[in-house]
Amino acid sequence: MHAAKLRAGLSRTLVLGAVLALAGCTSPPRTLYHWGAYQSSLYNYFKGNGADPGAMIAQLEEQLQKTVALGAVPPPGLHGHLALLYSKVGDDASAAAHLYAERKLFAESATYMGMLLQRAPVPAAGVASAPAAAPAAPARPASAARI
Amino acid sequence: MPIIDTLFVPPQWLGRLRALALPALAGAALLLSGCATPPPPRDYSAFKQAKPASVLVLPPLNHTPDVLATPSVLSQLSYPLAESGFYVVPVSLVDETLKANGIQTSADAHQIAPEKLRQIFGADAVLYVLIKNYGSVYKIVTSEAVVELEARLVDLRNGQLLWTGAARASSAEQQGNAQGGLVGLLVKAVIEQIANNLSERSHPVAGVASQRLLSAGSPGGILHGPRWPGAAKPP
Repeated sequence: MHAAKLRAGLSRTLVLGAVLALAGCTSPPRTLYHWGAYQSSLYNYFKGNGADPGAMIAQLEEQLQKTVALGAVPPPGLHGHLALLYSKVGDDASAAAHLYAERKLFAESATYMGMLLQRAPVPAAGVASAPAAAPAAPARPASAARI
Repeated sequence: MPIIDTLFVPPQWLGRLRALALPALAGAALLLSGCATPPPPRDYSAFKQAKPASVLVLPPLNHTPDVLATPSVLSQLSYPLAESGFYVVPVSLVDETLKANGIQTSADAHQIAPEKLRQIFGADAVLYVLIKNYGSVYKIVTSEAVVELEARLVDLRNGQLLWTGAARASSAEQQGNAQGGLVGLLVKAVIEQIANNLSERSHPVAGVASQRLLSAGSPGGILHGPRWPGAAKPP
């Protein structure tokens, strides 16, 4: 009786294991990052020479919320791209915040992000409190680094 | 049998072929297999030693008349590179930084010295991409969107070449046999030619070509970067 129960339990475990193994084989490959519309946003940006950054910001911010909800990671460059879009609409505080986010997520970007932040008109301390509306004076774009 | 396999002979010809003189067949097979021999195994020693973690993607050089080729390819190189385990420097920010500094063309960007790129962007390596083909090819009974890419990965710390690759993709790969006879085919070709231009069908084809070019793990392909989960374990 005891042995039979043990055998039944064992076979159940084996079947479960086999099912899990098979499911592992057939499930779609997981990507490292939640890409969403990042690349199509890049395409539209390049193609349209940066036209309509406001709509692109709305789309990618919404996507970022989904990424967070999924517990996933945005792809390298998404925060950087958002920083560029924000600098195009004159929201340098948000631009700086996204440069920080890119650097926090990907330490490899430290040199470039650091250089952009150094030249960005809004200091780190002003990120949280700065108004999101257009600043009084047209600011130097965060990306205008010297080569 | 392997000789016949090499020659890709339709099965209905097999009987006739078996009757042919074997030496001639073997000679032809050797000739053909000589053409089809894969290139010698790639030397990855420089790549393995360099262990690049971050890649700067410069705007691709466009050797085609289609002005959309560079935007299309540049926007789709991040996915395969990042999923292969590399950090990809934000391509739109890079483009902006280059333009803000008077570097308006891909050709100019490709002329910047590696040490200068390293200093500004802090990347370990730079990817130079050449677009050899992008767009519709009209072929009497069908038209296809074709994209061909070539790439070089260069170490920004010492200028050393780490890897080269090439890839091609075509919309015809997914098309089945068209129906409707010769006239139907001709009409279809014209419609496709228009559709290819209007709906930018080359763009998704460029995405396929980019993934073929830069997905790690394929023979002769790029190696995995450190952010790939399997990369932590020593081989």
